[in-house]
Amino acid sequence: MFTKLKSLLYNNEIRAILFQVLAVVVIAYFAYQAFDNMMLNIEQRGIRSGFGFLSDEAGFAVNDNFFLEYSPASTNLQAFYVGIVNTLIVAITGIFSASIIGLIIGISRLSSNYLIRKIATVYIEIFRNIPILLQILFWYSIALNTFPSARNSINFFDSIFLNSRGLYLPKLIAGTELYLVLASFVIGLVGYIFIKKRSDKKHDETGVKTNTIPHFLALVLLLPIVAYFTFGVQLEYPALKGFNFRGGVDLSIEFFALAFSLSIYTATYIAEAIRSGVESVDKGQKEAAAALGLKSSWAMRLVILPQALRVAIPPIINQYLNLTKNSSLAAAVGYTELVTIFSGTVLNVVGQAIEIVMLTMLVYLTISLVISLVLNIFNKKMQIKGR
Amino acid sequence: MNKYLKIVSASLLAVGFYNAQADTLSDVQAKGSLTCGVSTGTPGFSSPDSSGNWSGVDVDVCRAVAAATLGDAKKVKFVPLTAKERFVALSSGEIDMLSRNTTWTHTRDTSLGLTFAGVNYYDGQGFMVRKSLGINDVKDLDGATFCIQAGTTTELNLADYFRSNKMGFKAVTYDTSAQTKGGFEAGRCDALTSDVSQLAGLRSTLKDPSSAVVLGNVISKEPLGPVVRKDDNTWLNIVRWSLNAMIEAEELGVTSATIDNASTSPGVQRLQGKSGKLNESLGLSKDWSRNIIAQVGNYGESFERNIGMSTPIQLPRGVNQLWIKGGILYAPAFR
Repeated sequence: MFTKLKSLLYNNEIRAILFQVLAVVVIAYFAYQAFDNMMLNIEQRGIRSGFGFLSDEAGFAVNDNFFLEYSPASTNLQAFYVGIVNTLIVAITGIFSASIIGLIIGISRLSSNYLIRKIATVYIEIFRNIPILLQILFWYSIALNTFPSARNSINFFDSIFLNSRGLYLPKLIAGTELYLVLASFVIGLVGYIFIKKRSDKKHDETGVKTNTIPHFLALVLLLPIVAYFTFGVQLEYPALKGFNFRGGVDLSIEFFALAFSLSIYTATYIAEAIRSGVESVDKGQKEAAAALGLKSSWAMRLVILPQALRVAIPPIINQYLNLTKNSSLAAAVGYTELVTIFSGTVLNVVGQAIEIVMLTMLVYLTISLVISLVLNIFNKKMQIKGR
Repeated sequence: MNKYLKIVSASLLAVGFYNAQADTLSDVQAKGSLTCGVSTGTPGFSSPDSSGNWSGVDVDVCRAVAAATLGDAKKVKFVPLTAKERFVALSSGEIDMLSRNTTWTHTRDTSLGLTFAGVNYYDGQGFMVRKSLGINDVKDLDGATFCIQAGTTTELNLADYFRSNKMGFKAVTYDTSAQTKGGFEAGRCDALTSDVSQLAGLRSTLKDPSSAVVLGNVISKEPLGPVVRKDDNTWLNIVRWSLNAMIEAEELGVTSATIDNASTSPGVQRLQGKSGKLNESLGLSKDWSRNIIAQVGNYGESFERNIGMSTPIQLPRGVNQLWIKGGILYAPAFR
């Protein structure tokens, strides 16, 4: 009996499992103890706990609010939603523009033109090596001190205004007219995609290339414009009343400063990822493309970039995640995103640090996981398929 | 993000592993120093000089408690805290007491596991506007943009005031008061709003102080005072009565220079520790209140030294005058 037990103990597989189970039990025990102790202490000291505060009145104003209903009479939960939306908007804007700038700079860095190559290098070396927080503060103070005051706004056709407080745009008023214009845009887009697919198929089969740019202009641009003027969409124009512009849509200068800094900072890393991707493509690919008579711009677009992206996507995913997390630095310039609103003002009013910071972390975790999931799916699609 | 990770890990670890410790006095005496939470730099209230020595009316409350408990006002370790960090730092035991221009509110007093020990400065929220706007009353600021500091009661008071007066407003919320001033100077906002005690100081540091005016309106009550944990009543009494001793001394006309002079007044004798047993229930030595006055001074001395008319802050006593002189400063009976 004893020897049997002993042999069981010395069995490699069983030992491996045994130690893992032990490790899990120990960790779980410590986690439980910490949690239990925390709850006990909270109770002993009469600190309010739980999530009841979410339905309390918020009581403070939020500067940036894009489309949600919010006023100081709203609840903390609504403030939380406004924070999430504002974080998402600045992150999406940043990711979009960082990708475009990064792609241009990354390719410029490999240009055969000396000047372009050097400018790209200098850009990357400067913006990559200055801490992001400093850049945000720098661009914010530049914007504050460069643009004119509200009364002397830069005026575009009396409908768009730019000043040191932000950009003011006319607002489209929702109604049948607006929906008809949107519908015409969707119809135009679907129509164009159909034509494009057919011409691509023809190109694949016969080698005859049809120019689809006129179709694009007519369907995707002209059609909605014609619809816009035929149906006559109502617009609400911003106008200077008293201290500020009222009406229309306003984008605060804080939003621009943050989105701009995040874009140009993250773009340097994306540019480097793209450069490394392009350089990883075998020289023979470029030569083969040239031998086939492809122009160098075509060779880049059709041969090099699709292969380069396979290498570049994983580091780019990382940069998208970094950008999203860096958006929490908004507190420095007063853009009202999740951290400023929820872990800032609400935390100070309510005082329940544990619940509030945990909810905030949960949101960032969710956003990051979703970005990474979506891009991983895209990455899988881009990888060479075993044929 | 880092900062928030720090807060959550601090609160998790601190609240999780730190067991309720209800004897702060023995703790402080065993350490030989008092750990006091102060602001990251509010001139006149708590700010360090170029050689790292802290001064201010809030700092003097810390020093008074150190003088009472350790007999030496210098034995204080100051921990600078932002508005967001302060309550977690106190409830987790990182500091022994908080003396950081903190407004006494119902929520803070009842739901954070903390207790306010008194009021050392009666403040209120005011406004500073650009002179060129030609405005003399808050009521004329309908639709204006305000620069405010995050993590303060200011945000709530502003929203309350404009809601009750059915006026519109926009608020730009900055992290620090220096940024708030920067935004105001650059024209990001029409007005800056903060506690009156801070407006005068902020205005004096503008590039052109004469370009801005502080309005006469005060829209809120901001009683600022020291805070302690709820679970230690003896410690609460020590902090409360250290502050009261300073106010009582001013009322009795006793200063740091005259505290050791022989007096026939029973009130002064109690303060000197020569009669009465006011020390026993606090667990302190007989000369606790004498040490406070000798080393820190009375309330009036502290006020004039840090924020009075002879300092750059130039705050009048106003409501912070003794009750017998028309103010609302009033220490409960010292007997």
